[in-house]
Amino acid sequence: MRRLMNLRPNRGSGLLLGILPFVALLIAYLVASDIRMADNPNDKLLPGMSVFADAVQQFAFQEDKRSGDIILWSDTAASLQRLGIGLSLAALGGLVFGILTGVLPYGRATLSPLIAALSMIPPLAILPILFIIFGLGELSKIVLIVIGIAPFVMRDIGMRVGELPAEQLIKVQTLGASTWQTIVRVVLPQMLPRLIDAVRLSLGPAWLFLIAAEAIAATDGLGYRIFLVRRYLAMDIILPYVVWITLLAFVMDLLLRQISRRAFPWYQRA
Amino acid sequence: MRSFIRHLSTLGLAAVLSTTLVPAAFAKDSFKVAWSIYVGWMPWDYAAKEGIVKKWADKYGIDIEVVQINDYIESINQYTAGGYDGCVMTNMDALTIPAAGGVDSTALIVGDFSNGNDGIIMKGSSDLATIKGQKVNLVELSVSHYLLARALETVKLQERDLTVVNTSDADMVAAASSADVTSLVTWNPQLSEILGTVKDSHLVFNSSQIPGEIIDMMVVNSDKLAKHPELGKALTGAWYETMSIMSKDDAKGKAAREFMAKASGTDLAGYESQMKTTKFFFDPTEAVSFTTSAALVDTMKMVAGFSFDHGILGEGAKSADAIGMSFSGGKTLGDTANLKLRFDESYMKMAADGKL
Repeated sequence: MRRLMNLRPNRGSGLLLGILPFVALLIAYLVASDIRMADNPNDKLLPGMSVFADAVQQFAFQEDKRSGDIILWSDTAASLQRLGIGLSLAALGGLVFGILTGVLPYGRATLSPLIAALSMIPPLAILPILFIIFGLGELSKIVLIVIGIAPFVMRDIGMRVGELPAEQLIKVQTLGASTWQTIVRVVLPQMLPRLIDAVRLSLGPAWLFLIAAEAIAATDGLGYRIFLVRRYLAMDIILPYVVWITLLAFVMDLLLRQISRRAFPWYQRA
Repeated sequence: MRSFIRHLSTLGLAAVLSTTLVPAAFAKDSFKVAWSIYVGWMPWDYAAKEGIVKKWADKYGIDIEVVQINDYIESINQYTAGGYDGCVMTNMDALTIPAAGGVDSTALIVGDFSNGNDGIIMKGSSDLATIKGQKVNLVELSVSHYLLARALETVKLQERDLTVVNTSDADMVAAASSADVTSLVTWNPQLSEILGTVKDSHLVFNSSQIPGEIIDMMVVNSDKLAKHPELGKALTGAWYETMSIMSKDDAKGKAAREFMAKASGTDLAGYESQMKTTKFFFDPTEAVSFTTSAALVDTMKMVAGFSFDHGILGEGAKSADAIGMSFSGGKTLGDTANLKLRFDESYMKMAADGKL
């Protein structure tokens, strides 16, 4: 039937439609930038494309005069290291405690209320406490990411375990499986792709906590750079960094999706 | 349909961006100035709340709105982006943010200089020279960073002899209590808070050792000031009326200081102790002689050198002279074809001569 809800774009025009809003944003930016540049050629708020090109050239391809590093890469390496360690620890903790609370009624009775309460604490609110306990170094940044992400992963995995069909668990018991064997052979393999899903959903918050931690005390990192150059309104550096962070987050999400697809083909629903 | 949507969204976005981000082409006789909480800027709050600003604005037939912004840097950024006609800031930030951003700015009122309000604290040592090799927590690229650079010169050290850790000023007190923080640079009220609460902490250097180099000013847009000298007159008039009230030891002066203390989150004793480490120019004559002195030119030369070394004069800056500054009596510093920061004592002089 010919109704708007039944009209589907074909592959080519679908792609085009997807690109359109980006182009519109870009044009709007260029127009606004142009108006401001006509008023003040040194305008810092909405710099033109050539200014971006210079800044990117300087930050992504030239060595810094003082440190000898290429700033964008050293910032990226520092940030990705913190993010990687933080996410891995959160995922590992989430998996262990999620399965514990999901499989063992005693585990659930003991830990669930605590995890539920912990997950409600806004991590940024306890930053001063983290600083005093863990210092201002790498540890407190990683702890912030773990505290921010782990309770969510724990609860998610706990609930996913609860969704496993009871028949399945009964069946493995009739086949003689112990609790340990059930966890290792039945529950764990089914939780791994769900863990990847949970981590994918946590990527956004993880970046948020990373950048917040770097903004407050750091010597390098993507968030550090943005908040440092904000002191002199260097939008020519901030905007490319924002685009770069978005790209990194997108690629991480894509990688995790691919891993899930390759490693757990049985999990992919239509 | 598709192209219609494209046109619509482009136009809509362009309209939104241009109305919000592009400065209005026509000027009204109503002005906005921004301030943030700091001992030297609290008089603006008092002047606004007590109707002193309104009284002077009415005298010159204009409207002045005095807006408090919670974040100091954000207030300067807003001013630089064109959202405000004037804003309080230090001499260094005036050079590196609006002036480096191409916004021609005038230091209308030189209010005070830090005379011990900024300092370097070390734990377990009272000798600045032992800072070598340590991590130093401070707000990078701020006056704290400048103070550290000046302090290091006195003990023949360089910045590369230590590691600077950028730390938010709001978290400085929490940071100071952490065991892995051994030295830091900050300003009041955090400075005295840390010295008072963290054991074995020592003030090893402070801004009274570089007097007159960290200056707090009211900066206004030069074009606006040229077109509307009444803005400069009203602001200057209101400021010195407030100065004369707060400097007196009578009941009204005490009430004014108490108001400022409360508004900055401390008590009268706390505020008065901060006033002791701040050299206020209560008398406009003092401010005029400070602004016209040759020492100010030397200070700005050092500030420009520091800013250039740290890459904060902007991408295009080829040397510390990239941004021109003008001073009283036609003296200039840097590129005169690119004059962006003007120290103008004329309005303070009018106040001193009683011509406002």
